[in-house]
Amino acid sequence: MINKIVQSMAEAMAGIRDGAVVLIGGFGSIGQPNALIDGLIEQGAKDLTVVANNAGVGRVGLARLMELGRVRKIVCSYPRTTDPVVFEALYRDGKIELEVMPQGTMAERMRAAGAGIPAFYTPTSVGTLLAKGKELREFSGRHYVLEQAFHGDVALIEAWEADRWGNLTYKSSARNFNPVMATAAKLTIAQAQHIVALGELDPERVHTAGIFVDRVVHVPYGEPTVT
Amino acid sequence: MTVKAKPSRLAAGKPAWKPWTREEIAARAARDIPEGFYVNLGIGIPVLVANYVPPEREVVIQSENGVLGMGPEPAPAEINRWLINASKKYVSLVPGGSYMHHADSFGLIRGGHLDLCVLGAFQVAANGDFANWSKSETDMPSVGGAMDLAVGAKSVWLLMDHTTKDGESKLMRRCTYPLTAIGAAKRVYTNLAVLDVAGDGFAVREMAPGLTFEALQDVTDAPLRTAN
Repeated sequence: MINKIVQSMAEAMAGIRDGAVVLIGGFGSIGQPNALIDGLIEQGAKDLTVVANNAGVGRVGLARLMELGRVRKIVCSYPRTTDPVVFEALYRDGKIELEVMPQGTMAERMRAAGAGIPAFYTPTSVGTLLAKGKELREFSGRHYVLEQAFHGDVALIEAWEADRWGNLTYKSSARNFNPVMATAAKLTIAQAQHIVALGELDPERVHTAGIFVDRVVHVPYGEPTVT
Repeated sequence: MTVKAKPSRLAAGKPAWKPWTREEIAARAARDIPEGFYVNLGIGIPVLVANYVPPEREVVIQSENGVLGMGPEPAPAEINRWLINASKKYVSLVPGGSYMHHADSFGLIRGGHLDLCVLGAFQVAANGDFANWSKSETDMPSVGGAMDLAVGAKSVWLLMDHTTKDGESKLMRRCTYPLTAIGAAKRVYTNLAVLDVAGDGFAVREMAPGLTFEALQDVTDAPLRTAN
């Protein structure tokens, strides 16, 4: 019997190694798997490369992981959020590496990774600093930049409902990066507000098929807060 | 290169014109959005545009975080805590609205499906180059979705102040800040004027009440002409 639902956070985090590339879902705090981030803090892996849209808020979650010195590099599109106190200090002191990517390029590089596409050309960033050193090519008179697939070792994602096969649904705009990241990592771990019996999810409404998901943890935390 | 507004004109008592407020800039741009347009609104003044699209005009607003058919800020009792916009504020979904994941959202953006994208900017140049993500090569860069939107939407309008707080022109012959995209901007709505990007300068369509063409040119680095 396939059962991807794990009973403890320790079980969910087992095997994440030092130096791992960790994809973390969410746009700001919405759709961000906070319980899994806390689990990763507890688990202890260090020297991580974290890929997330933002670079943490306040001193909790991702910011806490960075403050503990566990993140070597952050890849994101928008570090300048409401209250990036921890990231700002680390960045200023040269204690963390930052790679900024256009948001759509970031999403597409992970989509490509999950879909077996090694690289693609995009019009985004042509003529800007973010295209520096990248191959340019012209198609039908327009210029494009070559971008490569971006694979993760681990993806931490947040879902709304899950079953034991790892089929997932998301809620409203909390979907964001989660489905794409789920496809792009070797080990995908989801936290879900609701666990339902196999067959209970309407197959027409499954957003992420269980094939992309390795472990599910039940985290019925209620309503998120916007940060 | 930047030019300072001549203090003689600005410091000699009250100027003879009244700049538009942020809300007025947003309302002015909203007036020009046709029925049926699919539009993305960036953070800053652009998000205010949604408040001024006349209710009888159907304009579909997209938010980069996977929302198509974004509605206004909900009443406190109506808030869906999983529904935010690109500025991470609570919004609503209009009837007919839908959600999608990030790769689809940016596929939609890059794929030329948006009629219009309205963004804020630090600088815009006469050739349509603009800068809105970083003020120097050492500044903490935060690009978000701006570069994707700039190359993907069929048209790009910029909503911005005409000058910096120190009076330096933001409408330039050439941008001095790192670019967001080359040649992408089509129209600019500032607190002083509505202008079309014209290649060698800007074509002035409208000016704030009381402002003269000469006074506008005085605070603008790029050459101006009147629009036909």
